[in-house]
Amino acid sequence: MTNTLHRYGKAASFDDDYIVFCIPSPGRNDEGAVEKQKQFLRICARHDPANMGNGNRGSFKPERRLNPTAHWRRGADPDWEGVIAEVKKPGTAAAVFDSREKAEACLRDVIEADLGLSVNISASVEGAQEVAECCGIHRHSVEYSLGFADPHDHLPNSQILQLSTMCGHGMVSFNMARKMLDMVREGRRAPEQAAATLARFCPCGVYNPDRAKRLLEEARRRTA
Amino acid sequence: MLINPDKCVACANCVPVCPMGAIYVDPAVNRATINQDECVECGACFRGMSQEHLNPTMVRTVRALAKFFRFRFEPEPDVCPTAAFEMNELAMPRLIRRVFSDPVVEHKSTGIKGRGTEEVKTNDVNPRVGIGEVGYTIEFGRPGVGVRFRDIQEMTRALAKLDIVFEAKNPISHLMTDKSSGTLRADILDEKILSGIVEIRSALDRVEAVCETVSAVNERIDTVTAVGISTRCGEQGEDKSLAPLLADLGFAYERAKTNMGIGRVTNTQQKEAA
Repeated sequence: MTNTLHRYGKAASFDDDYIVFCIPSPGRNDEGAVEKQKQFLRICARHDPANMGNGNRGSFKPERRLNPTAHWRRGADPDWEGVIAEVKKPGTAAAVFDSREKAEACLRDVIEADLGLSVNISASVEGAQEVAECCGIHRHSVEYSLGFADPHDHLPNSQILQLSTMCGHGMVSFNMARKMLDMVREGRRAPEQAAATLARFCPCGVYNPDRAKRLLEEARRRTA
Repeated sequence: MLINPDKCVACANCVPVCPMGAIYVDPAVNRATINQDECVECGACFRGMSQEHLNPTMVRTVRALAKFFRFRFEPEPDVCPTAAFEMNELAMPRLIRRVFSDPVVEHKSTGIKGRGTEEVKTNDVNPRVGIGEVGYTIEFGRPGVGVRFRDIQEMTRALAKLDIVFEAKNPISHLMTDKSSGTLRADILDEKILSGIVEIRSALDRVEAVCETVSAVNERIDTVTAVGISTRCGEQGEDKSLAPLLADLGFAYERAKTNMGIGRVTNTQQKEAA
């Protein structure tokens, strides 16, 4: 889940980006972990997440047999139940929220459920700390992102980086992010359609389509 | 990864999809083609794109007509209309590309998906980084650049000279033939991957040396790096050691992954042993 750590942006840009995930540790708390992960995801689903994933698939999923009519009326609704049902083995289960309040409410319910799994929040440093304090718990450990170092000038502009780095496995390419940005600017796609397209490339379900939609809307009104 | 030339209609939808920019339409054959040396076998094209199963001849005819009349049409941008991508069987050393680049492939060394280990995500039930200690995840190649193992070895060899410990279960540590020198297996050095993560631990007083080394080596290797640096918090959730040190060293950090400390050992055998 280093894939949720290095997202490009200033702390304020993560106000609508809180990832809550649970993970078992093999040999220590992985007995019955599949059912616990499902329970975790069911709790998350109650708090209006922007996306959810089980490590194998997210709630926005590519289709293997797309009907050609999809070119005119393609659905972009998240599939929470599919994500929950397809947890098959112990791994990481994650949910993305677009506000601190939702992440906080979710964590409260997760604490009450007492699953025994480790629970982490990827967000701005202060954001995660505030969630912990509001839920009456203390941070155990923290991993800071020191950001991207690019001495050879490989990286594109900040708009592209903010969109593409939300898939921490690098499945959302710079060129695809740029293409969606251009399609939104040219009025060929709505921001929510472009955001859903990008989210489908992230198999872990940690891509935040709500933040992407906001970034695309902001980008539409100004030039890169 | 392969593109079936009998199915491909050269629509180019897949060209921007590739994180490595390894796909292009070859005008000589009018088919999408993969630069196999640049392809990291991540599966973004095969898995990330939705598929239709249209008749290739029919699609080529429609495209040729639209092209003749200069029509601009608006297909869904993440769809392969003829399901032309095929994931082929790979053998070592090329297989290592898929193992490191495809996020749904599990590493045998860690038993988990992804390029790293549990890091401090399970530090509350599986202590790795204690108070006064620092854990590092040094990631190469992401976003969008990729890295060859030869360049990763440049870093591991430099780090091995410092007073650090390579995380034993990390996939890259697993590929070392000599941990004391940071030397990797020779047969994989030219292989390119989307991203790799070196994990180490050190005492707090080594942070400056490690960060300086990473920065200096990054100047010599043609890729991007991203460092994650972690520690155990105090009883009240405070970090009075690493955060002030990073501030003193001039590092700004906006984002963190925070272990909330609510995990516990629940496996029957482990509880009995405790």
